[in-house]
Amino acid sequence: MQKAVLRSLPEPHNSRQPRWRELSLLGPLSKWLMSFAMTLLGLALVTFAMTRLSPIDPALQMVGDHASQSTYQAARLELGLDQPLPVQFLRYLQQAVSGNFGQSISTGQPVASDIARTFPATLELATAAIIIGSLIGLTLGIAAAMRQGGLIDAIARFVSLFGYSVPIFWLGLLMLLLFYARLHWAPGPGRLDVMFQYTVKPVTGFALIDTWMSGKAGAFRDALAHLALPAIVLAFHALAGISRLTRASILSELGQEYVLTARAKGASLSRVVFVHILPNIAGTLLTVIALAYASLLEGAVLTETVFAWPGIGRYLTTAMFSGDMPAILGATLVVGSCFVLLNALTDVAVARIHKGQAR
Amino acid sequence: MSALTTLQISPARWLYLRLSRSPSLTTGAAIILIVLFMAIFAPWLAPYDPTLQETANRLMAPSQQHWLGTDAFGRDILSRLIYGARPTLLLVLFVVLLMAPVGITIGILAGYLGGFVERSLMRITDIVMSFPRLLLAFAFVAIMGPGLLNGALALALTSWPAYARQARAETAKLAKSDYLAAAEMVGIKGPRLLFGHVLPLVLPSAVIRLALDLSGIILAAAGLGFLGLGVRPPTAEWGSMVADGTQVIFDQWWIAATPGFAILITSFGFNLLADGLRDLMDPRND
Repeated sequence: MQKAVLRSLPEPHNSRQPRWRELSLLGPLSKWLMSFAMTLLGLALVTFAMTRLSPIDPALQMVGDHASQSTYQAARLELGLDQPLPVQFLRYLQQAVSGNFGQSISTGQPVASDIARTFPATLELATAAIIIGSLIGLTLGIAAAMRQGGLIDAIARFVSLFGYSVPIFWLGLLMLLLFYARLHWAPGPGRLDVMFQYTVKPVTGFALIDTWMSGKAGAFRDALAHLALPAIVLAFHALAGISRLTRASILSELGQEYVLTARAKGASLSRVVFVHILPNIAGTLLTVIALAYASLLEGAVLTETVFAWPGIGRYLTTAMFSGDMPAILGATLVVGSCFVLLNALTDVAVARIHKGQAR
Repeated sequence: MSALTTLQISPARWLYLRLSRSPSLTTGAAIILIVLFMAIFAPWLAPYDPTLQETANRLMAPSQQHWLGTDAFGRDILSRLIYGARPTLLLVLFVVLLMAPVGITIGILAGYLGGFVERSLMRITDIVMSFPRLLLAFAFVAIMGPGLLNGALALALTSWPAYARQARAETAKLAKSDYLAAAEMVGIKGPRLLFGHVLPLVLPSAVIRLALDLSGIILAAAGLGFLGLGVRPPTAEWGSMVADGTQVIFDQWWIAATPGFAILITSFGFNLLADGLRDLMDPRND
């Protein structure tokens, strides 16, 4: 979370700082696009390097252990493994850009269609989690800052320390044990009851929207119930950072002169916090929430495994168990690109907020 | 002046006063020391061999003989828990040894040399910084093969940029100082200047940063173990012990609960330690 604050602040200018920013002829948008593209290129380069350093031979994996030498050679040629490395990388890039990640070894389907099938589930889970996480996190952070040193502050501190320290897969297991097996409050793992799984038509891939559109109230309620537990577990992960940073940034603003002035003129503490401080720290808070959202997308890998949630994270872990290289790479690239995109969009949004405030 | 000097206290006393004022630092340090102790003296502390299988006694509830019960292979969970501290701490150590020198060196070089070197190094740092850490680590280990060293490599690969940034910012500040000008004037240059004079001043903040990162590294390592990407069985490792307990979570819940709790406590200890260190070193940070 430290990272988040550093990112949101403009770098102080010093004489050693290169002057290329001023000299650059590019507009801010194209500069942003450039750095975004560079990051994606870097991501592609790293994943490509992994495949080439890997002990897994993609050609052998494609044809199987018992293939003849000639079949193996043909597969090598088809994958372009005889080409020099830069050519192979260009080929890899070209395929990734056109959404062709090859064929999954274990499902036998094109990886792209597997991802399209599983990604909405992950998005749904992460979105539900970030909504819960930021609602509770912001409330907790604001309450803790307003009652600094009080009971709520102590609770908030404990919750955030716990959230930073708890292994999320273990928390998920314990929640399943308690709320599903013992108390019977929550339905078991999965996304929908078997009863609805085949009667509700998957249109958007989002269980909540699909069940809502089907008009079956029971199905919608079932989807919501299945979503609740994994979303809460995942939200816990985000909540820690959000509440801690909200508290810290409010506290640092409370000492500022404009706050003292407002207080001196008779504004109540809650008015100062909600009317004066919150708009000022909106940029920081937005960054924190967006970064938490991005990290939830990757954190979903472990949560999905525990809750048998049929998202891209579980797809990835299943692929890992079988060493299914095309699937691992495709899923990593897609989730990684979303992560990078979210980060980049946050930078733009924060820059806009800062600009608006400067005016 | 004389009034001030009479107030001076010995460094040991100063440390004691500071420690007693920061309960989180002492608690955190105590937890880490206990875990460290467990890891080092595991053979003497563990009541059983952690890999000894007694199929007759499988899935036993906690009892006099087996304080925390036994797992699906009849192995004593307490012994595995004690031995499990070893790979966890070893992996953390590897990650630290790999990432901190790389990050700090890059940062110092960029901050001191400036110009084109700084621009390109920082560009690379920014790029790696916005990579998805956990995801790339999982993918890396899945593709390169499981194991302690690969896990450490995977985590180090994406966690050095924070150190590089910090070291660069501090070195750039130092580069304009009289301190370095004086060092340069007496003819100190090259690596000796960078590592003899810049590094010691950059190190303290890097240590705090490290303490903050350690709990995250422990959780990531446990995640790797849980996904079966950590050390190979039958070596005891907390993350994979939780995974072993997943199958029987509804009946023999303690098998998954205890190693997870060990992860929680260790990570909690590092977090407390980092919090305390930050308070100790930086009085502004309330």
